[in-house]
Amino acid sequence: MTATASFKPASLCPDVIVIGGGLHGCSAALHLSMRGVRVLVLEKDHVARHASGVNAGGVRQLGRHVAEVPLSVASMALWHRIQDLVDDDCGFESHGQIKVAESEAELATSHARVAELNALGFTHEEVVGRDELRSLVPAIADHCVGALVSRGDGAAIPFRTTFAFRRKAIALGTRFQEGGAVTRLSRQGGLWTVETADGARFEAPVVVNAAGAWADRIAAQVGEPVPLEVIAPMLMITARVAPFIKPVVGATGRTLSFKQFPNGTVLIGGGLLGRAVRDENRTELDFSQVSVNARTVWDLFPCMRGATIVRSWAGIEARMPDQIPVIGPSGTEPDLYHSFGFSAHGFQLGPIVGRITADLITGGSTDLPIAPFHVGRFAA
Amino acid sequence: MSKFDFEIAVVGAGPAGLAAAALAASKGASVVLLDEQAEPGGQIYRAVTETPVRDRKVLGPDYWHGAELMGPLRDSGAAHWPGTTVWSVARPREDAADGHRPLQIGLSRNGAAAMLTVRHVILATGALERPFPIPGWTLPGVLGAGAAQVLLKTSGLVPSGATVMAGSGPLLWLLAWQYLQAGARIDAILDTTPKQNWRAALPLLPGFLRSPYLGKGMKLMLDVRRKLTVIGNVTALRAEGAIGGDSALKSVVYTRNGAEHRLPADTLLLHQGVIPNLNLANATGCAQRWDEQQRCWRPTTDAWGATSVEGVSLAGDGAGIGGARAAEEAGRLAALDALHRLGRIGREQRDQAAVPFRAALDRALTGRAFLDTLYTPAEAFRVPADDTIVCRCEEITAGAVREAVRMGCSGPNQAKSFLRCGMGPCQGRLCGPTVTEVIAVERGVSPAEVGYYRLRPPVKPITLAELAALPKTDADIDAVFKH
Repeated sequence: MTATASFKPASLCPDVIVIGGGLHGCSAALHLSMRGVRVLVLEKDHVARHASGVNAGGVRQLGRHVAEVPLSVASMALWHRIQDLVDDDCGFESHGQIKVAESEAELATSHARVAELNALGFTHEEVVGRDELRSLVPAIADHCVGALVSRGDGAAIPFRTTFAFRRKAIALGTRFQEGGAVTRLSRQGGLWTVETADGARFEAPVVVNAAGAWADRIAAQVGEPVPLEVIAPMLMITARVAPFIKPVVGATGRTLSFKQFPNGTVLIGGGLLGRAVRDENRTELDFSQVSVNARTVWDLFPCMRGATIVRSWAGIEARMPDQIPVIGPSGTEPDLYHSFGFSAHGFQLGPIVGRITADLITGGSTDLPIAPFHVGRFAA
Repeated sequence: MSKFDFEIAVVGAGPAGLAAAALAASKGASVVLLDEQAEPGGQIYRAVTETPVRDRKVLGPDYWHGAELMGPLRDSGAAHWPGTTVWSVARPREDAADGHRPLQIGLSRNGAAAMLTVRHVILATGALERPFPIPGWTLPGVLGAGAAQVLLKTSGLVPSGATVMAGSGPLLWLLAWQYLQAGARIDAILDTTPKQNWRAALPLLPGFLRSPYLGKGMKLMLDVRRKLTVIGNVTALRAEGAIGGDSALKSVVYTRNGAEHRLPADTLLLHQGVIPNLNLANATGCAQRWDEQQRCWRPTTDAWGATSVEGVSLAGDGAGIGGARAAEEAGRLAALDALHRLGRIGREQRDQAAVPFRAALDRALTGRAFLDTLYTPAEAFRVPADDTIVCRCEEITAGAVREAVRMGCSGPNQAKSFLRCGMGPCQGRLCGPTVTEVIAVERGVSPAEVGYYRLRPPVKPITLAELAALPKTDADIDAVFKH
């Protein structure tokens, strides 16, 4: 083949532009490059700067919205072989996730949940009583009567995970362009043009919108408004204490995510909200809410009462009104795919949703049920 | 939401905070001075009201000047809350309906946490010692000269056994002099001031000749040099314990003119200048910039100390190193500006009242450029070799930071995510400047480009129990404040 005037180096004309260098963008890029698709990821700050880098790292099937359960189960299978996928263990450890019931009424809710899942053919969640709970979590407060358990769940290190996806995607040919926000998205003659704040222009036949808390702005560019709420879930971490707990613990009646890292520090979160200032990449903490979280730990883990809190923070994240993400093709434009709005529980879904997006782009369909996540559900 | 506990809160009772609180309260504002220590004075005048060192000769006249700041504070009517740790300054969630946007201060006092609502905050958080990362600096027996000086001021304690001081900068000489007055034993001073700094500093000497510090500084250095062994041009240092152990310090090894020498030592006091303690300002969201001359980050302020965050100003060394006398005047200027912003005095009144303070500030800063240039630590002592620990909390070496840079880590915030570097209880106080410079050198870019940690409250550790019991009602809040 001889070069012509219109010939461009392969690296400059990707097949797909992914907007957003979070876990979902990196995962879509990875799965696409595994299939030989040329991908360019555009990230406005740097990879894993926001929710993907600073979340609690829970890898959880437990307690998910029923629409998410099939995806979550499929993603869990990928997590258990994450080394094969990205050549890094991502700090993933599987010691189960537990949702503690503080009363008989809460335990009844757990039983109903298991019955509902079993009827749908899923068996990963089970109810355990007082004694089993204590053997799983010896430090739990006396008043807790039992728990909902998903034994295959666990936790990973978010920043490391997202970077592992990025590294592997790059090894397979994906390019990353960091430091310029997308300012304009337009389509002409079957080709998308994406412009960034630093004045650069990129073209590709297909675009993926994985812009997280900024995804509504991308969607708005193509006349597809979405009711995305920008939230700032807060987390705090303690100084090191002697190892005392393996599983990740949540609560049935109140909001909590509680886990100890191998280095002894304890991460306390659960989605209580600070204030997000997304135009400044900034969050503000609300200590009255942090206090509520601390109170929950005080109640559930008496051994933690003397622990020292050394830092608290919040990430910027997108939440949809129905608390489930937007996944799949645009409702208004061909060759545009959405993957955003994970509503503070998207980390575990990262590996599978990237595969789903790659399925849709390369084959036009996917074997997982994504109808509930269609963006059209918000159309007036 | 227009209810507030005080109009002005001043954080830190060093020279800047003492002067700011006294001036603001004397003009009728309701002022609270929040300070971690039991007695006012900050680090420079630490324990000035109660030090057991009664011989005024030992600590010197500059120290005793601090006592003169106490009377005006007492007479001003400002509330003084000692033993109070401020761990957060932020805007509450909703803006007040009446247009005022009060600030909320998270604090701990008497073992209980509380939120205090004020309209203006003056941060006077002072300075801390620049990290001095050398091999073995984490061994028991190695400590900062500043920390050693605090022991002298508060408890009259001096090191026992073989003692070596190493580094550069005025505080090193001052402490050596104070130890001499106190009759303490000092085996040697290892001066790490780079020879070539003199060449760079010389053009700035005329400015320094007008400095109020010149006479005192010269006399003090000559005194020390006459009585102690001072070894100059030291280009490398390491602290060693017993062979093959993490035991306490046994000796100090230094390099001079290319040759290694060893001194037995039970105590090694390190110092290479001070830098702004900016953790609270940073966590509050105040913009900051890299100061190439002082080689440190400093919050961005205007001539009145106002930061990028409305209602938050900075005074004293926390905004950039200027010394105690400069801090005092900067405190007064910040107080005047706060009074103006609160509508208590007009612009003209503010500007007029500021004239003598600004003149005094300029006098106090005369010759600062000479000192900054002369005492800029050598790169070898700011950007250590691979094996040296940089982050003491998480035991991260300079080599590990460089390795992370090669993996794509572009700044200190990513170093946190890659390595947990800077994630320990000190929140980067002991590693921040070093990590910035190590990454900058490794990437071949300026420190300004690699940035600094985004710090998060609580900037001082608090217990889960305190946080869980954070009072939510007015009665709860009164219970904390009234005891």
